Amino acid sequence: MVTVEDIWQKLSTVYDPEIPGLSITDMGIVADVQLDATAGEVVVKITPTFVGCPATALICSEIEQRLLQLPLRRVQVEVTYDPPWTTNRLSEKAREVLRRFGIAPPPVYEGPEFPLELLQAKVPCPYCGGTDTVLQSPFGPTLCRAIYYCNTCRQAFEHFKPV
Amino acid sequence: MKLEPELLPALKDLLYRMADDALILGHRHSEWTGLGPILEEDIAFSSIAQDKLGHAYALYQLLHELGEPEPDRVAFFRDAPEFRCCHLVEYPNGGYDFSLMRHFLFDVAEQWRYYLLEQSRYEPLAQLARKVRGEIKYHVFHATQWVVQLGARGTEESHRRLQQALETAFPLALGIFEPSDYEEVLAHSGIFPGEQVLQQRWLEGIAPILKQATLKMPDLSDVVPAYGGRRGIHTPYLQPLLDEMGEVIRSEPDAEW
Repeated sequence: MVTVEDIWQKLSTVYDPEIPGLSITDMGIVADVQLDATAGEVVVKITPTFVGCPATALICSEIEQRLLQLPLRRVQVEVTYDPPWTTNRLSEKAREVLRRFGIAPPPVYEGPEFPLELLQAKVPCPYCGGTDTVLQSPFGPTLCRAIYYCNTCRQAFEHFKPV
Repeated sequence: MKLEPELLPALKDLLYRMADDALILGHRHSEWTGLGPILEEDIAFSSIAQDKLGHAYALYQLLHELGEPEPDRVAFFRDAPEFRCCHLVEYPNGGYDFSLMRHFLFDVAEQWRYYLLEQSRYEPLAQLARKVRGEIKYHVFHATQWVVQLGARGTEESHRRLQQALETAFPLALGIFEPSDYEEVLAHSGIFPGEQVLQQRWLEGIAPILKQATLKMPDLSDVVPAYGGRRGIHTPYLQPLLDEMGEVIRSEPDAEW
């Protein structure tokens, strides 16, 4: 019989299509797993990073395909905004994957929403570690990234922006 | 959640107003893709467009759960008189000055609208409001930075053009708050405190930023708000936009993409 652990294990093999090596469980977008083991039915709820994230539909279908590799009769994937996804849900491993990929991970913040000052903060450069950096644009190549410039190694880099 | 049936038309009207605003402004912003004055602005307007379309989709999805047709159907197959967006979002982009000022005036209102909706008794909308909070914060941040930059720290020309854009966009922006027939129902039921409350918050929100940008806010008593959009009476700019936006899907409605 399929266990909840089996489900989570499978979910950890579904990756964000925009960032190689970043699993959806490390990103914290799996909000809930409801398994009826006897009936062989599972409902997975995901809380997307951004409402308009174009990867959401793809992630849903990949979850379904991956879970159907288990002996399950029915897999249902639902999108929820409760709880809302925030960058605080990224695991330590996810932050490491981002850094290795050349994207500065977001800072962890207190309270229900990030303070704007965080955007202007000296985000450490993922290439050289320098902190003499400056925000170039709060929008970048994908909805979840901002563009900074490092004055130490003199190159632009991306920052997974806090939300 | 359980909703009294008499609240349904009021709630749907509110959701259509919000969704149509987001869809149409998102489309207008997307027209800057490839044309922005600098690369960062091209990316910013394109990203904000994508966020707006996401918000429109989520709102149409809520409407679908309340018995309205599928999101694609309501987005691409209605004509202008069935839309409930305000005139502000329909206007062509014009120059960067007008687009920026519209983006600023709209997003400060949108931020307050969602902020008020976080307390809505209609829980699915309250959840969405709590979700989009972080996204709209970036929209307002972006607009505010540029309005202050070009208003107070730019050139004589940039200041003059922003002031002109403000005077053009201000009456249109007041149309955001066109009262509906459901103001009391929405307020009494705890769904939404109403357009008048929102307009007051908006005025308090934009005033200090315009001051910082050394721009002069038009006198409210001299301005005629551009009403009509919330009742399906639109500018001549909306229908051509809808024709263009829906051209491909309308040519083959049942195609699988």
